[in-house]
Amino acid sequence: MSVKVSTKSLTLVQAVNDALRIMLKERDDVVLLGEDVGRNGGVFRATDGLLQEFGEERVIDTPLSEAGFTGAAIGMALNGFRPVVEIQFLGFIYPAYEQIMTHAARMRSRTRGHFTVPLVIRAPYGAGVRAPEIHSDSTEALFTHMPGVKVVCPSSPYDAKGLLIAAIEDPDPVLFLEPMRNYRAFREDVPEGKYTVDIGKGKKLREGEDVTVIAWGAMVPVAMKAAEAAAKKGIDADVIDLRTLYPLDKDMIAESVQKTGRTVIVQEAHATGGLANDILAVINDTSFFYQKAPAERVTGFDVPVPFFAHEDDYLPTPARVLHAIEKVMNDS
Amino acid sequence: MERDFPIWQVLNEEGTVVQPEYRERITKELTMVMYRHLIRTRTFDRKCVSLQRQGRIGTYVPYEGQEACQVGSALALNDEDWMFPTYRDHGAMMTFGRSLVNTLLYWKGRTEGCVPPEGKKIVPPSVPIATQLPHAAGAACAEKWKGTKNAVIVYFGDGATSEGDFHEGLNFASVFNAPVVFFNQNNQYAISVPITRQMRSKTIAQKALAYDIPGVRIDGNDVFAVYFQTAEALERARHGGGPTLIEAVTWRYGAHTTSDDPSRYRDQEESKKRRETTDPIKRVVRLMQREGWWNEQWANQVQEEVNAEIEQAVAEMERYPKANASDMFDYVFAEPTWTIAEQKEAYLHWKRVMEG
Repeated sequence: MSVKVSTKSLTLVQAVNDALRIMLKERDDVVLLGEDVGRNGGVFRATDGLLQEFGEERVIDTPLSEAGFTGAAIGMALNGFRPVVEIQFLGFIYPAYEQIMTHAARMRSRTRGHFTVPLVIRAPYGAGVRAPEIHSDSTEALFTHMPGVKVVCPSSPYDAKGLLIAAIEDPDPVLFLEPMRNYRAFREDVPEGKYTVDIGKGKKLREGEDVTVIAWGAMVPVAMKAAEAAAKKGIDADVIDLRTLYPLDKDMIAESVQKTGRTVIVQEAHATGGLANDILAVINDTSFFYQKAPAERVTGFDVPVPFFAHEDDYLPTPARVLHAIEKVMNDS
Repeated sequence: MERDFPIWQVLNEEGTVVQPEYRERITKELTMVMYRHLIRTRTFDRKCVSLQRQGRIGTYVPYEGQEACQVGSALALNDEDWMFPTYRDHGAMMTFGRSLVNTLLYWKGRTEGCVPPEGKKIVPPSVPIATQLPHAAGAACAEKWKGTKNAVIVYFGDGATSEGDFHEGLNFASVFNAPVVFFNQNNQYAISVPITRQMRSKTIAQKALAYDIPGVRIDGNDVFAVYFQTAEALERARHGGGPTLIEAVTWRYGAHTTSDDPSRYRDQEESKKRRETTDPIKRVVRLMQREGWWNEQWANQVQEEVNAEIEQAVAEMERYPKANASDMFDYVFAEPTWTIAEQKEAYLHWKRVMEG
């Protein structure tokens, strides 16, 4: 006997909205804070309609002060609330960096678990939408490097909803990165009610024997396009959507690399100090002797995210990923 | 506080000079200069909105309604002064000497748009809110320590006063008595958030009290009030009088950016009403008519000259050679690091192969 789950077709940004609505309804301790999240429904409409439904005490338009409202949210989290903060664009999070790095991330360890910060920070990130400067950063590695914060980055509507609910229920601070390039790029059937996707678990998007392609967020569709192009050339790629950037799904990475022996990692961010290097460390630690070729990284460059006239040159493309796939296939 | 910091006007909405001691200084020549810049900035802004709608430039930040703030303050500067603008201050930048082509290139996603004309100290617009205030304080300290008479103007909006950098910038400038004018354009909305939700203070000018510096509140739609008060603050700064906070009360008629729909969060009837009543250009026209300086033929000619200048700049922007991929690698450091050099070489090689 199968139970039919009723679903609705949602974009990623609508799935975020749906998750927030469900959690606001279910838990009185959930509050949303940020710039323009109330009356305006967020600059991307992620919080559309929530002020009207839940009122000004739960969906709070804050003063323009990232450090201020993130710090205030830490105080609320210390005192029994589950705040979900929206940073308008990841490129504007830096004033709040101190609050996250020196307080949210270490409160539990400083107090041996007496005080905790169950805080979610949502931030649209990434380039590819011709946005003005500073609106296109993908500095996830600044946060995966921060002990005490989990970093989540869904690429699809289903995962966005399930992971956001999991993040809100998580007892520790979670940075929830939303790829703005995927916000309205496609729809997916998403279950109507509440469900969670486990933090720390990747997802296999494609099974293949020849090469492992690892991506997250906005790079997932790029990796999938490259995998499809590779398939036409007779190369069968195993594609992993990491979904969580800290902690990494070590088992899924190891299992795949041990099967294929060849790896391509696709990262939108700058090369140096990026997450791809941590993935290489996982491969080194778990699967070094299974490798048939050196792993390749396809990344942004060690330059500030450029103005949008250079965006197409900066961002990894399916063609660049395919080139890397062919390279690891030809190496022996 | 509203009584302690009344909105100061020179030219009221009807175009009447309400400060007799400034009467003499409002000459026909000065008024004609003001009018030309107001028309130039407004026409340019409308053109940019239309270019964005046609996909010829990227997301654009309009300033229509705030022209008097930007024109009046920029005209008060000396050529040697510094300007630290935000992303909404290209009206001030073009009045101070930035070319229209560079302004357009900026909105086309090109770094060429951040390069000021030779000899002009126009810093690129600051995108993260209020971050430019400490820079302005520091640049002003440097001018003071170099022993010049140069001053600094820094622009920011009402929302910026909620950021730590606003307070840190003012405090720093106050402690070191830096020659800087903090020019606030209070357009009363930070995207969707009205000033009443941004702060409980009734004015922005009163925040100067905390730093023990002069705070002035003016009608930001009165180009003469802006011009005279900015000039006085700059003069004070040049002669050791330290920083001033100016709050220019104004209104943006349109959206925060071309990606935003203001009707979601405010009644746009208010903008319509303000266009008729408090508009910065209308009151200058009224003054000129009142004084018998108005000449329809001259006004048409100004408009035609401005249109021609803008059309020429748009044509030049569109003729501009395609962005060169090397550019993003070449200006990160004085000498490229090995990572950048390798990435550049590999990418350009790959691109050449791909493009055949």
